[in-house]
Amino acid sequence: SFQYCLSGHPTLPCNVLKFKSTTIMLDCGLDMTSTLNFLPLPLVQSPRLSKLPGWVLKDGSTFLDKELKECSGHVFVDSVPEFCLPETELLDLSTVDVILISNYHCMMALPYITEYTGFTGTVYATEPTVQIGRLLMEELVNSIERVPKAQSASMWKNKEVQRLLPAPLKDAVEVSMWRKCYTMPEVNAALSKIQLVGYSQKIELFGAVQVTPLSSGYALGSSNWIIQSHYEKVSYVSGSSLLTTHPQPMDQASLKNSDVLILTGLTQIPTANPDGMVAEFCSNLAMTVRNGGNVLVPCYPSGVIYDLLECLYQYIDSAGLSNVPFYFISPVANSSLEFSQIFAEWLCHNKQTKVYLPEPPFPHAELIQTNKLKHYPSIHGDFSNDFKQPCVVFTGHPSLRFGDVVHFMELWGKSSLNTVIFTEPDFSYLDALAPYQPLAMKCVYCPIDTRLNFIQVSKLLKEVQPLHVVCPEQYTQPPPTQSHRTDLMIDCQPPAMSYRRAEVLTLPYKRRYEKIEIVPELADLLVPLEIKPGISLATVSAVLHTKDNKHVLQLPPKPPQPPTGKKRKRVSDDVPECKPLKPLLSGSIPVDQFVQTLEKHGFSDVKVEDTAKGHIVLLQEAETLIQIEEDSTHIICDNDEPLRVKLRDLVLKFLQKF
Amino acid sequence: MTRECSVLLPRVCAALADPRQPGSDDTCLEKLLDWFRLLAKFDPSVELLQNNPCLAEFITAVLALPEPSPSILSFTLRLAGILAALENRFQHLQQEQLLVRLFGRDGPLNSMLWKDASVRSGWVHGVHSMMHHQPALHLLCHTGGLDVIFSLQGDPSLFVASAANQLLVDMLILSVETEMTKPASTKDCDWPACAQMIIKHIEDSLQSSSASHIEQSLKLLTSLFGSCRAPWTEVLWLGVAKQIESFLMEETVQAQHMLANLLLKMAWSPVFCDSEGSFWTLVASALEHLTPVQAGPLAVGLLKLYKCPQDVRIQALTVLLQPMDCILRAASQPLEYAGLLDESVGDPITVEGLLSSKSSCASLLCQTLAHLEELLSQSRFQVDLPCASLLHSLMTILQLCNGLLSPASALGSTIGRVLINCFRVQSSALDVLAALSDRKGCDTLIESLFDVLLAYLDSPNTSPTVLKKAFQATSKWLVRLQELSCSNTQRQQAEKILEDVFLVLQKRLCSPCWEVRDSSLEFLTDLIKCLRDQEEFRQSLLSSEVPRLTENLLEDPESYVRASAVTAMGHLAFITYFAPESPVLGNQYNKENTVAKLQEILSTDPEGFPRRAVISIFTEWLSQGCTGPLEDTGQFVSRVIQTVEHDLDWEVRLGGLELIQDFCHQTFCQLGLPECPDDPVSSAVTGSIHGSESLRIFCRAKLFRFLFRSLCDCDKTLGQRACHILLNLSNNFYPLGTPKDLDKTVDLPAGCSIAWLERTLRQGSLAQNFPTDGVDFEDPESMMLALGTIDLLQLYDELNKSSDHVEKSPQSLLQDILATVGTMEENEADCY
Repeated sequence: SFQYCLSGHPTLPCNVLKFKSTTIMLDCGLDMTSTLNFLPLPLVQSPRLSKLPGWVLKDGSTFLDKELKECSGHVFVDSVPEFCLPETELLDLSTVDVILISNYHCMMALPYITEYTGFTGTVYATEPTVQIGRLLMEELVNSIERVPKAQSASMWKNKEVQRLLPAPLKDAVEVSMWRKCYTMPEVNAALSKIQLVGYSQKIELFGAVQVTPLSSGYALGSSNWIIQSHYEKVSYVSGSSLLTTHPQPMDQASLKNSDVLILTGLTQIPTANPDGMVAEFCSNLAMTVRNGGNVLVPCYPSGVIYDLLECLYQYIDSAGLSNVPFYFISPVANSSLEFSQIFAEWLCHNKQTKVYLPEPPFPHAELIQTNKLKHYPSIHGDFSNDFKQPCVVFTGHPSLRFGDVVHFMELWGKSSLNTVIFTEPDFSYLDALAPYQPLAMKCVYCPIDTRLNFIQVSKLLKEVQPLHVVCPEQYTQPPPTQSHRTDLMIDCQPPAMSYRRAEVLTLPYKRRYEKIEIVPELADLLVPLEIKPGISLATVSAVLHTKDNKHVLQLPPKPPQPPTGKKRKRVSDDVPECKPLKPLLSGSIPVDQFVQTLEKHGFSDVKVEDTAKGHIVLLQEAETLIQIEEDSTHIICDNDEPLRVKLRDLVLKFLQKF
Repeated sequence: MTRECSVLLPRVCAALADPRQPGSDDTCLEKLLDWFRLLAKFDPSVELLQNNPCLAEFITAVLALPEPSPSILSFTLRLAGILAALENRFQHLQQEQLLVRLFGRDGPLNSMLWKDASVRSGWVHGVHSMMHHQPALHLLCHTGGLDVIFSLQGDPSLFVASAANQLLVDMLILSVETEMTKPASTKDCDWPACAQMIIKHIEDSLQSSSASHIEQSLKLLTSLFGSCRAPWTEVLWLGVAKQIESFLMEETVQAQHMLANLLLKMAWSPVFCDSEGSFWTLVASALEHLTPVQAGPLAVGLLKLYKCPQDVRIQALTVLLQPMDCILRAASQPLEYAGLLDESVGDPITVEGLLSSKSSCASLLCQTLAHLEELLSQSRFQVDLPCASLLHSLMTILQLCNGLLSPASALGSTIGRVLINCFRVQSSALDVLAALSDRKGCDTLIESLFDVLLAYLDSPNTSPTVLKKAFQATSKWLVRLQELSCSNTQRQQAEKILEDVFLVLQKRLCSPCWEVRDSSLEFLTDLIKCLRDQEEFRQSLLSSEVPRLTENLLEDPESYVRASAVTAMGHLAFITYFAPESPVLGNQYNKENTVAKLQEILSTDPEGFPRRAVISIFTEWLSQGCTGPLEDTGQFVSRVIQTVEHDLDWEVRLGGLELIQDFCHQTFCQLGLPECPDDPVSSAVTGSIHGSESLRIFCRAKLFRFLFRSLCDCDKTLGQRACHILLNLSNNFYPLGTPKDLDKTVDLPAGCSIAWLERTLRQGSLAQNFPTDGVDFEDPESMMLALGTIDLLQLYDELNKSSDHVEKSPQSLLQDILATVGTMEENEADCY
C-alpha cells in the first residue's frame, strides 16, 4: 500500500491511498493562505487601496508596478486572489476511484479535482458535509465574483522575476500551480458526483475494500473513515474533537485494531484551550461594546460561529449587552442558520433531544426571533437601513481578502474604539491585517480550534492502539516558534511515520492473507483429518475463481466427456487439466524406532549422527544416507532404485497420508 | 447530682439493663457518659456510688445478662471505667469483683461479643478512663490485660487500634511515675513490672520482622515522646536507638515514613533537643537517608525549632530547598545562575529523578512549596531563607508551568514537559510568591516578576482558581512595588506596571466566568485598601475604564459578583468622592448616584449577599467618617435602618445593628461624652446637656424601634447585639453611680407604655406584638425611661443562655431515655 501526499497543509489534507487494488483520495483541502499575498477586494471603491503606490524594484524598474502594490512595507499582488491546489503531478488523478470527504473544510478543492483531472469516480460524504460545503463554496465564489477585477497578474510568477521580489512573495511555493477560484457551474458539477453516506454505513468498493464513515465530533457531519479489507484496517482520522460542542461525539471505539492510523487535522493552536479562548472572546467583545466601540468577527458562515452564538446567547444578558445588535452577514447566512437546525440526527445528544420538545436545537433561533441577531446576504440592501452602532458583526472571509469583512475593515479600522477579534485559526492574523496597516482599531487573537490537541491524541492512541501511526511531518516535532515545547508533538511507539507534500509513502504493513470462499458442494467433499488435537487438515482440488477482488474455490470440472459425434475436438483451453494428486504426508520420524525397523529389515550397520537440523542415518554397507530433517527427508543412494523404494516405504510407515 | 436526677437514675438504669428494651439510641448513651464524666470529675468521693447503688446494680445486672446488646455492654465498660478512675470508687466496685468481671479474662473479652468492634472499643476506653492509679494498673497486669492491649494495637478497627496505642503510652507513664523507686539511669535501670512488660514489647516488636509490629511500636514511641518529657524517656530511647537507626539504613524495612514524625516529636522534647548525645547525629542521618518526600516534613519541623543546632538547621534547609535549586539549575544556563545551594551540599540525583517523573514531580513540588509557605508565613521565628534565589526559582516554576520558558538543559525540558499546565503547582507557587513579598532582598527581580504575573493574569489558559491566586500575589507585590518606588525611573516603571494591571483587570471584569469577575473585583478592593493613599495608584486607576466597568457589575446577574461589586464601589468611593483632593469626574461618578444605587440594592436586591455587602460598606463609610456632619449621618443611618429593619436576611439586620453601634460611638465621640461607662470623669457636667442631645439624635434617627424590636428577633445573635448596644446606651445615660430608678418613679403605672414594653420583653413576645401602638420610640423621654426601667442585664443573661439549655440538662436526658421506655410499655399494653 502506498500513500501519495498531495498537500503540505496538515489541517487541509489531500492524500491518495493505494489500498488493495483501489485508489482512494482522502479529502481534498484547499490551501487558501496563498490569498494573503493579494490585495483585498473592496465591495465599495476604496480610495485608500486604489491609491497604493506600485512596487518599484531596487534598480528603479517599474515593470511590475501594475501588478504589485506596496502597503506599509509589504508588497501585495493586485489581482484576483488565487489558491494553491493540491499536487496534481504526483500521480494521474484520473485513476482515483473514490474520494472520501471528512468535513466541509476539507472539500474546498473538490471542483479542481473532479472537473479538471478526468476524474470519473465517486465522492462519498455525509449530508451536512455536502450542504455546508456547498454553502462555503457558494460564499467563496460569490465573494470573489462580486468584485470583478479587470486585470489578472501573472508576470510576477515568472521564476526569474519572483526571485527579485521581497518576502513572503519571493518564498511562495508552487506559484505556477496557483489557480483562480472555480465557478458555480463547476461547484454544481463537482457536488453532483457526491454520494451521501451516513455514520457507520459500510460501503463496498469493488469487492476488495470496505469504507465506513464514523462520527469525528468536530463539525456537523464530520467523519473519520475506516478503510478495511478482510485482513487489513486503515483508519483515517481527520479533524476530530473530543470537546462537547454541537456535533455528535467522536466514535473512538471503532478505530481500534487498526494496522495503520493516518492522523491529520489536529488543532492548529495547541497552546490555546478553546474554553479559555471563548471566555477571552466574550471579555473583549463586552469590553469594546461597553466602551462604545464596534466588534468585527471575521469568520466562516458555519462551524464555530454556532458555538459562539450559543455562548453569546448565554452571556449577553448577563453582561448587559441585550441592546447591542449582532449582525451576521454572508450570502449564505440564512441557509447556514437554518440548515444547522434541521440536521438533528447529526447533533450531540443534548441538542437532538431538543428536537422532540419541540425546540430548535440551537438557541440562535431565539436570538433571531428576539431581533438580537439579524442576518443579511450582504452589506447592500436592507442591512444599510437597519445598521446601528455600536454593534457586533460576524462576516467572512477570515483571510480579510474578500467578502463583506473588507468593507468593515476599511470602515472601522481608523478608530481605536473598535476591535477585530480573530476566532478562525486558519490564517495568521498579522498577515491578514498587513494590507490594512496602519490600523488604529484593536486586534484580538482568540483562535478557537476544537480539534484534538496533543494530550488528547496521546490518550486516543493509548486507547485505540494502532500498530503504526502516519502523520504530517509538522506533528513529529515541536512547533518552530516554540522549539522547547516537546509536549506539542506526537509521542508514540513505534515513532510515527511522517510525510510531507509531494512525497510517496509505503505504508508499513504487509499483505499476508486473502479471504477465499469455498462453494458448498466443494466443502461437502472435504475429508478433514485430525493431525493434532484441534487441528484438522484436508486436501482440496479446485478451481480458484477471482472476480471483483472476490476469490471463490469452485468444483474442478468433471473429466472431459469423450467426444460425442464427429465434431472436431475443440481446444479446451478454458478448462485446466486436473492431474491426480500425490498424497501429502505429515508426522515425524522417531529415529530410534526407525533404526530398529531398519535392523529388522536386515540393515545391520546402521549409524546415526546428529546434525543441526535433525539426524543422518548412515547405512555404511549400502553406501546410503538417509537425511531426516524437520520438514524433509532425503534418501541418497547410488543408483539403487529398489533400495531407495524399500527405504522410502519404511520411512512412509511412520508418516500419515491424506 | 440534683435530687430530680437521683430519683430518675434508678429507673433509667433498670431500663437500660432490661434486655427487652429496644437498643437505646447511641447519642443518648454518649450524652449519659458525658454527664457521668462531669459528675465523676466534680465529686471525687465514693459517695457517688454509695448514694446511687443503682449504678453498681446496673453493672451487675448487665454482667448477668446471657446476651447483652453490644452497645449496652460497651456503655457499661466505659461507665465502669469512668467511675473507677478514682481509687476509692475503684475499691468500692471491686468489693463485688465487678471490675475483674468486666475487664478480666472471663469478662466480655472471652465472649462472642468481643467480635463486635464497639465492645472492644468500650473495653479499651473503659480501661483507659480507669488508668489513674496503681490498683487499676495491677488489675490489668495481673489479669493478663496487657497482652489483650498488645493485640488490640493491630485491631482491624483503626479507632480501637489507636486507642490501644494511646492506652499503652499512658500505662507506661503511669507505671514509671508511680512505681519507680529510684530515678532511671542507663546503667542500672529497674523498671517497674508493668513498664518492663511494655518496654519489652516495644523492643521485641522493633526487632521482629513484621512491618506492622514495627510500625505499631514506632507509633507508640511517637506518642510517648510527644506527650511525656520526663528524663526516663531518654533511658528508654537508648535501649531502642540502635535498632531504630538501623531502619534508616535498611531499605527492606518500610518504616522510614514513620521515622520523620518520631524524630520530630523527639526534637520538640527538651530531653532530647538539649542533649549533647547522638540524637542530633541521628536526625542528621535521617535528613540524609530519607527520601525528599519523607524528609520534607521533618526538615520544616526542625526549621521551626528554635533549639535546633546550626548544622542540622542548614541541612534541613538544604533538604527543603533542593527541589527549588534543582529547578533553577535545570532551567538556566550553567554559568548564568549559581543556584540556591552550594554544589557541595547534598546529592541532587534523587531529587532530579523525582522531578523528572510525571507521577512524583508535582507532588514533591507542591509539598516543598507548602512547606516554604509555612516557613515564610511564620511571624514568630523567621527562618533565614535565600529570598532572591527562591523568588527566581518560583518564577522559573511558574514560567515552566505556562510554557513560556525554554529551559537550557535536557532535565529542564523534561521537567517543563511534566509541569505544563499543572494547576496544582501553579497555585502553590503563587501562594509562596505572595508570602515572599514581605521579605527583603528580592527587589532587583521585581520587574521580571511582574512580567510573569501579568502573563498569568492575561492568559486565557489560566484557570479561575489560579487566577485568583495570581491576583492575590499581584496585589501583595504591587504594595511592595509602591514602597520601592523612590527614583523617577522606578516611579515610571511602577506606573507602567499599574497601567498593564488595569488593562488586564478591565478584560477580566468582562469575563463570562463569574468566578473570574468576582475575584477581579476582590482584587480591586484589595488594591484600593492597600494603595488608596498613593497618588500614582489613584491616577492610574481613575484614568482606566475599571471604575466604570465596576459600576456596571452592580447589575451583574450573579449575586456574589454584585456583592463584590458593591464592596469594590464602596472602597472606590474613598478615592473618588471621599478623598479631600477628589478629582473631578463625569456625572455618573457623583456621590449621590452611588449612594442611591447602593441603597436601591439594599432595598430591592433579591439575594442576601449584595445586601450584606451594602450594609457593611455603609458601616465602613461611617466608621471612617465619610458620611458627613452628624446631622447628615443621622439622616443617612435612619434611612438605612428603616430599610434593613424588615430585611429577611438576619446578617443584613445584624449589619444594621453594627451600623447603629458605630453611629452611637461616633455621636458620643463628637459630642464629647465618655463612651466608656466606667470612666470616672463622666457625667455630671456633660451628662445632662449632651446626653439629651445625643438621645434626641438617636430618637430622630429611629434607632430605638429597631433596637427593641431586635431584642426579640428570632435570631438570637441579633437580640444579644441589640441588648449589648442598649446596655451601652443605658450605661452612658445612667453613668455608674447614678441610680437609675432615682430619676423616675419606681413603679410605672400599669397602663404606661414602657411598663407594657417591659412586660412584653420579659415574655419575649415583642416580635409578635409589633408594631407597638403605645410606645413612642422617637420620644426621648420615653426612651430614657425605658433604658432606666428595663432590666437589660437580666435580659442579656437570658439571651446568652443557649437555646437548648433546657433540653441539654441531664434531667431532660434521663427523661428522654425513660420516655422511649415508656412508649415501649404502652405498646406492650396495646398488644394485650
